[in-house]
Formats: sequence, C-alpha cells, structure tokens
Amino acid sequence: MKTWTRLTAAAATALVASAVWSQTVTVEEPWVRGTVAQQKATGAFMRLKADQAVRLVAAASPVAGVVEIHEMAMDNNVMKMRQIPGLDLPAGKTVELKPGGYHVMLMDLKQPVSAGQTVPLTLVFETADKRRIEQQVQAPVRALGARQEPSHDHGHKH
Amino acid sequence: MASTNDAHAPGRRRVLGLAAACMIVAAGLAACDRSPTPAFRGIDVTGAPYGRELQLTDQFGQRRTLADFRGQVVMLFFGFVQCPDVCPTSLARAAEVMQRLGPDADRVQLLFVTVDPERDTPALLREYLAAFHPRFLGLTGTPDEIAAAAREFKVYYAKVPTGSSYTMDHSAQTYLIDPQGRLRIVLKHEQSAEDYAHDVAALLRESASGG
Repeated sequence: MKTWTRLTAAAATALVASAVWSQTVTVEEPWVRGTVAQQKATGAFMRLKADQAVRLVAAASPVAGVVEIHEMAMDNNVMKMRQIPGLDLPAGKTVELKPGGYHVMLMDLKQPVSAGQTVPLTLVFETADKRRIEQQVQAPVRALGARQEPSHDHGHKH
Repeated sequence: MASTNDAHAPGRRRVLGLAAACMIVAAGLAACDRSPTPAFRGIDVTGAPYGRELQLTDQFGQRRTLADFRGQVVMLFFGFVQCPDVCPTSLARAAEVMQRLGPDADRVQLLFVTVDPERDTPALLREYLAAFHPRFLGLTGTPDEIAAAAREFKVYYAKVPTGSSYTMDHSAQTYLIDPQGRLRIVLKHEQSAEDYAHDVAALLRESASGG
C-alpha cells in the first residue's frame, strides 16, 4: 500500500475507485543542479520507471515560476534544447533524465538553489486512458560546479 | 596525371617529392613519430584560416584579446548561463582538466564566451564562473561584438523561443589555442576530461620544447 503514499490523484477524480490507479512510477536519484544569484533557470534530473505505460506530461515546483519538460540534442555539434509535450515511460523500462538527454527545466526561479537544499517537484503523469496522476518528489540540489559522473546507462535499479 | 603537374614545376620537384614521401609514410606507418608533432585526441585544425582574433570584455570589465593569453593554452567555448546541461557540463569538465594538469594548469586559461549577453550580465558571469574555478574568465560584449567573435570562430548560435522565455542553440565544441596564439585543436562536447587534458598537455609540452 506504499503506492498510495506516493501517488496523489488529481483532485477532481480523487474519489473514483482506487483499484484502477495501481500505476506506480519509481523515481530514482532525483537531483537539481545548483544555481547562483541572478541565474533564472536550471535542470532537474532523475530516473523514472513506470509499472504500466504512462506519459510524463507536466511538472511543477514551488521554486520556479515555469516548469517544462525538455529534450537536449546535439545536431552536428550544435546543442539544441526544446520543450517536448510529454515523455513516454514504457512499462517496466527505466527512462533516464540526465545531462545530454531529457530534463525537467525549472525556469523563472524565485531564488537560487544551492547544495544541501531539497527542491520539491510535482510530476504529472497521464495514463493510456487519459487519467492524470501526480507524484511528489524531493530532489536534492547538487553543487553547480560539481562534476556529474557520466551515466553508464544502468537500465536497472542501482 | 600527377607527373604531368610535376613536369610543369621542375624546380620544385624534389621538395614536393620529399613532402609527398613524408606524408605517405606518416599516413601509412606513423613512422614520423619522432617529429615534434604530437597526436591529438581532438581534430587538428592547425593553420585554419579562422579563429585568429577575439575582442570582448571579461566579467570584471577588462577588455580582452587573444594576445593577452600568449604563453598559455586557451580553452575556448561559447555558451550561456541559463543552460541546464551542456554549459555546466563543459565548465565542470574544464575544471577537472585544470585539476588533472596540476601545476601546469597555471599555463591554461579557460574562456567562456556568452551567446546570451542580454541575460548573462558581468555580475552573473562572475558568480557563475566562480562556482567552477577561480580563474575561469567569462567574456561578453555588445551583440555585434559577440556576433563577430562567433563568426571568427565559425560558431553558430540562435535564439529560440520556449514558452514564455527563450533558449539558445549553440555550437558546443571547445577550441584549444596554443601558447603562440594559434588555433590548433577542436574538441567535441562528447569527449572526456582525459581527452581534453591530453591535448592541452600536448600543446604545453610542444611549446616547452620550442616546437
């Protein structure tokens, strides 16, 4: 039943039968890159794994005025970053949000975030039959200048 | 066909022949290892007809040109502060390169040219770069000056709207300029700190040996 502590259904549908909402999304190693004063944007990264296929369609955070889901791509040595309408999480497959790929973009930051702090994030997922489920994540902040170990594409937990 | 060309320049024939022989040997056998030319992990662009000058202002308000950095290897790349991914990764890697080089890092200068002067104020650049390394320099200027610098280094950048804000597309390669101020090496974003340190060290060694 830990599922229920991790999922918060959208308010409008909160009273509907619970059995159909057994989808869980496991969030591993969430983190946010630290910022300095006057810096208005940063990225949040994590690994997501859904029991049943869902789509990450939105995110929110009290630290940011605007939160978008972005994809970074290198095109002939040119870095391009784009908002994407959603990120599919196929059932049972770990999808990584990491530097060089996808991230949750936190914009219009209300104040700098620095190492030692934790940033609350709300992730909004949409199921195949268009129900929305929300999940709260506490993402620790890593120092801006810290070298992030290149990910080795684990594709599994830990 | 090649011999026809040679026949038209008989006086230079021997020189060309020697050069050609050396190139063939170098390409085929790497037998010219004893020459002072080191092997690089990045792309060797020595002699490229671009990347020769830079006139911008650093985060402390001082005007900077490439001539200020003679005697040092310059690591140069273009980016912007509101970039969540490539730029901090590049800067953290550059800081690791400095660490790997030990005392030799004193002869290395990182230059970060902003392609977003509108948001990347000198004050922001000061705070941002200090988070990576105390000696990193951030360069900015008028939009025209930045456009000129990007043109000179064949760097592409463009403002792209995203929702209520904007992001910048930009070339993500790093240039290495040798202690004589010559553009020498282009490294890709995907390459490791070890690759970067290798090429920087090679340029420092080459310069120490008078090459």
